Amino acid sequence: MLPQYFPLFPESASTMSTRVDALYFFILGITIFFTMLVGLLILVFATKYRKEKHPVPVQIHGSIPLEIFWTLVPLGIAMVIFAWGAVLFFQEMHPPKSAMDIYGVGKQWMWKFQHPGGQREINNLHVPVGKAVRMTLISQDVLHSFYVPAFRAQMDVIPGRYTTVWFEATKPGTYHLFCNQYCGTKHSGMVGEVTAMSPDDYQEWLRGAGAFGSLATEGQKVFASMGCPTCHTGADNARGPNLYNLYGRMVRTEDNRTVLADEGYIRESILNPSSKIVYGFQNIMPTFQGQLNEDEMIQIIEYIKSLTYNGQLLQLQTNTQQEPPVNLNKIQQGVDVTKPGTNQNPAPRTSAVPVTEEAAPAPPSTPPAKQNAPKQPRGAAPQARPNGSQVEQR
Amino acid sequence: MSTATQNSLALEMPSDTYLNSSYGVKSWFLTGDHKRIAVMYIVSISLMFLLGGIFATLVRLELLTPQGDLFQSDTYNKLFTMHGVVMVFGFLVPSIPVTLGNFLIPIMVGARDLAFPKINLASWYIYIIGMAFMLAAIISGGVDTGWTFYTPLSTQYLTTHVMFTAIGILIAGFSSIFTGLNFIVTVHRMRAPGMTWFRLPLFVWANYAASIIMVLGTPVLAITLILVALERGLGIGIFNPAMGGDPVLFQHLFWFYSHPAVYIMILPGFGVISEIIPCFARKRIFGYSAIAFSSIAIAVFGFLVWAHHMFIAGISTYSALIFSFVTFLVAIPSAIKVFNWTATLYKGSIHFDTPMLYALAFIGLFTIGGLTGLFLGAIGVDVHVTATYFVVAHFHYVMVGGMLVAYLAGMHFWWPKMTGRMYPEAPAKLSALIVFIGFNLTFFPQFILGYMGMPRRYHSYPPEFQVLNVLSSAGASVLAVGLLMPMFYMLWSLKYGEVAGNNPYRATGLEWQTTSPPPTHNFHETPIVTQEAYDYESQTEEVEVVG
Amino acid sequence: MSDSQTTTLQPAHQHHDPSLLVQFDSADQQKDASQFGMWVFLITEIMFFGGLFGAYLIYRNLYNPAFVAASTSIDIRLGAVNTVVLICSSLTMAMGVHSAALGARKLLVFWLVATLVLGGVFLGIKAVEYHEKYVEHHIPGANFDFNYERVKNGEQPVPADVATQTSIFFALYFAMTGMHAMHMIIGAGILIFLIWRAYKGAYPPHHYTMVENFGLYWHFVDIIWIFLFPLLYLVSRSPVH
Repeated sequence: MLPQYFPLFPESASTMSTRVDALYFFILGITIFFTMLVGLLILVFATKYRKEKHPVPVQIHGSIPLEIFWTLVPLGIAMVIFAWGAVLFFQEMHPPKSAMDIYGVGKQWMWKFQHPGGQREINNLHVPVGKAVRMTLISQDVLHSFYVPAFRAQMDVIPGRYTTVWFEATKPGTYHLFCNQYCGTKHSGMVGEVTAMSPDDYQEWLRGAGAFGSLATEGQKVFASMGCPTCHTGADNARGPNLYNLYGRMVRTEDNRTVLADEGYIRESILNPSSKIVYGFQNIMPTFQGQLNEDEMIQIIEYIKSLTYNGQLLQLQTNTQQEPPVNLNKIQQGVDVTKPGTNQNPAPRTSAVPVTEEAAPAPPSTPPAKQNAPKQPRGAAPQARPNGSQVEQR
Repeated sequence: MSTATQNSLALEMPSDTYLNSSYGVKSWFLTGDHKRIAVMYIVSISLMFLLGGIFATLVRLELLTPQGDLFQSDTYNKLFTMHGVVMVFGFLVPSIPVTLGNFLIPIMVGARDLAFPKINLASWYIYIIGMAFMLAAIISGGVDTGWTFYTPLSTQYLTTHVMFTAIGILIAGFSSIFTGLNFIVTVHRMRAPGMTWFRLPLFVWANYAASIIMVLGTPVLAITLILVALERGLGIGIFNPAMGGDPVLFQHLFWFYSHPAVYIMILPGFGVISEIIPCFARKRIFGYSAIAFSSIAIAVFGFLVWAHHMFIAGISTYSALIFSFVTFLVAIPSAIKVFNWTATLYKGSIHFDTPMLYALAFIGLFTIGGLTGLFLGAIGVDVHVTATYFVVAHFHYVMVGGMLVAYLAGMHFWWPKMTGRMYPEAPAKLSALIVFIGFNLTFFPQFILGYMGMPRRYHSYPPEFQVLNVLSSAGASVLAVGLLMPMFYMLWSLKYGEVAGNNPYRATGLEWQTTSPPPTHNFHETPIVTQEAYDYESQTEEVEVVG
Repeated sequence: MSDSQTTTLQPAHQHHDPSLLVQFDSADQQKDASQFGMWVFLITEIMFFGGLFGAYLIYRNLYNPAFVAASTSIDIRLGAVNTVVLICSSLTMAMGVHSAALGARKLLVFWLVATLVLGGVFLGIKAVEYHEKYVEHHIPGANFDFNYERVKNGEQPVPADVATQTSIFFALYFAMTGMHAMHMIIGAGILIFLIWRAYKGAYPPHHYTMVENFGLYWHFVDIIWIFLFPLLYLVSRSPVH
């Protein structure tokens, strides 16, 4: 009836697991040390000074040096633990640049995962070993939490905005996936399995997983069916900003903030367009609140991410471990970086409003199903903004 | 009474005590006497503790097997919710302040009563009404939000009696505010002549610090509950993303109270330990000022750490770091206390009466509980263990191994003062041992379960977690026995216990200068205080006093 | 008691003044303690409203355009009148306390009644405002429609997502002014009690602490409004913004 084997320590199956365990063991050591210290002192004092052996107590007021000592030493240890934990946390929060995206939607009481190639999974998640995976998660109803103990990875899944968590599996196997934020009746049934496979096995799985079409392809259909191309034509004087090369860039808004165009930005722009109007455009985008479910939202986001020049999926410019594929400074100054030679020499930054009206950034060769591909050839006339301001990054 | 009389065997109960000064239902239910109110609270919170314990028993029974086979999921969810709600709001938050605090604080400061006796009585009635609402919710089907009732689950998705429960907690919160207010004014304005702040017993300091938290934190809980009620009842949308609201805002508001609330629970426990250790080591406490100031420090810092319950809730990385940093700061004052208590034992003359056994157990168990908080404060590790059984183990170590053990210690220590009778020492020591063993057996395996990844609030779990769960449930049954025993022998002692006399432990403190039980107005004559607290020098057993 | 820690000065029981409660040693201590208690209570009220103010500040920052639009849509005239009314009621209350100190019983009753009347005016205007909100479909919930009124007035409707966010403004508006009004109603109830007792002469110059403490409460409720009014009605109203 009882299992033959009961483990006392979780498996360690990701690159972060060993690092988390290291800090865990350090704190465990401190805990054991101080528990033993206090416990031993109590035992020794209670024995040595018990009333039969030590009938007359010695009244001691206190000792300032001792107080300072046992304030500063624990403080020092606490700061070490804090700093180590902070560093670890930073690593946990910042996925490597090479991370691949998988999307997850939690709802009562199941997980729906979507791979960029369109493969869908319910409650089970297949991931490759040796490659960082960035989960972008959202809930359709209440709070949930995506928790894979073997990876030491956990993140709450919230309705209304995306949260992300990343991991890199190090050994093939099947690991528990738990929902770890109480979500109602079948909270303990909202479990699944993460299967890590060798990269070859993973590719094979992807092929066999019966995808209809990649998320981006599906996303384009949604994009079209929602009427988005009406304004986001990519043409001059379009009512809406050009969405090409948008993902991963810094965007300047009407009230002079700069924001990063990540998944959350795209989602917000669709649901609450008034929050961030791109500089030079009017606040005329309608909200699509209630018209898109989370799956469709993810598909649109993947589609927009696929709108790149050179067909390369741009990564988020969030860490500088790798040379960004385009020169960010130039884009911020409105330079058309698709023209040959413009990416090499960074222009000096000026504080004034960026200057030029260069040649229009031409779109890449049109993606499949091209209802909304902008029709401009390369080297077309400058793209002027309606109110005459600069060619702006989008 | 002379020392000789105190030492003689033929002690008699005093003739004029708060218990026999008047009889009848009205004299109790309309009393202004803080001691009678304390007794009424003891009865009430003991009942709530029993109820919470029953829910815990059912939870642990279910967790014996990996499948959810004893109860349906919804029922199980209600069980752990109600265990939490009843224990936190019905027992832990009131606990020591309303029982021992109410009874002792006026006496310890040398006053005849608290500053506002009518408000004190009102706080008891308000507590009862709050508990009545909670019981109504339980009886009419229960609530299954989890004691933390996160939105939007609690506001939009559950159909159980969330409102009743929320109203019950809201009302009980006012009871807490009134108690804290009373204590603060009493300590500031009602001290006897000569009772300076630094002559106060540390129990008073501890309850004072807890009262500050009660007074400042509980109103935020009140407004949070009101917003939940408005959201649930009127759909105002403040926590609803579809209407522009933010579910995480609830968590901020909730934890802004609920974290300081745990310091409301533990600080008075610290105070009890600070009284017991000097008495049974027969020497003054080591580092009085350090302990006093550390209580205030905990109260202040305790308000700055709430989001350490939310590291992965979707808050920004930078704010998470700040909260982690302050969390480590708030750990230090508690460590200082533990060292000071341990140092008090040094070169003392240790007596192993039951209160001392509980106090020593407290130091050990609280140390473990507090240190396991470090795992949770280190965000890098917290990412793995948050919302698992690791957290459950941590807070049960500090709440049960800490606060409940301190409560038992205090009840035993001051039982003679409150009732005039000694409890029987042998069963008391036995039950202390059983509690210690049962407690560790119940909750230590949960640390292991938590690090392995067993989530909390799970009705069914993977089979490899079963052995540890069985150990934990077995421990729970032992713990239950240990906790039930005092109910019996304490009640027994009311009639058959040895008469205690004024100061059976030869402790310092104004409460031991008056009769056991005390008269209605505590002192026959207003005391004037000329000596420091914990002046055990003049209380030594031997005739020769070593200077 | 022969133990070393205490010696005695005076008997614990002394009752000369019928209004001196048994737990206090002197009338001064009693007055001091009860005022201190009232201040502590007011601090709890600050924390109570503080949660709402905190939520308001956060959302205002997050949804600024929506909050500006919503805030400009509520009637500033009614709010301003209410502010003046409440300040006057604080004045009458202070006059009442002053009268009590002087022993002027009839004057005390007069000022308390004046305070009650002004409080009633405030609540009445509040009711009018709430009714207006109802008519304008500004109450969050099923009938909420921010653009209804704007279109009716010929103003440009705000975008749909901004309109959704305005419901958060109104949720907070009702929560904050509603809590405030509830405190006023409770205050009015206590005032009625005080008026009755004052008429009976229960507040002579040596024992009018109750009046004074209530005055503190009333002033506090006034101060909350002084914060609410600018935050809810005034901010961002200037066309320069």
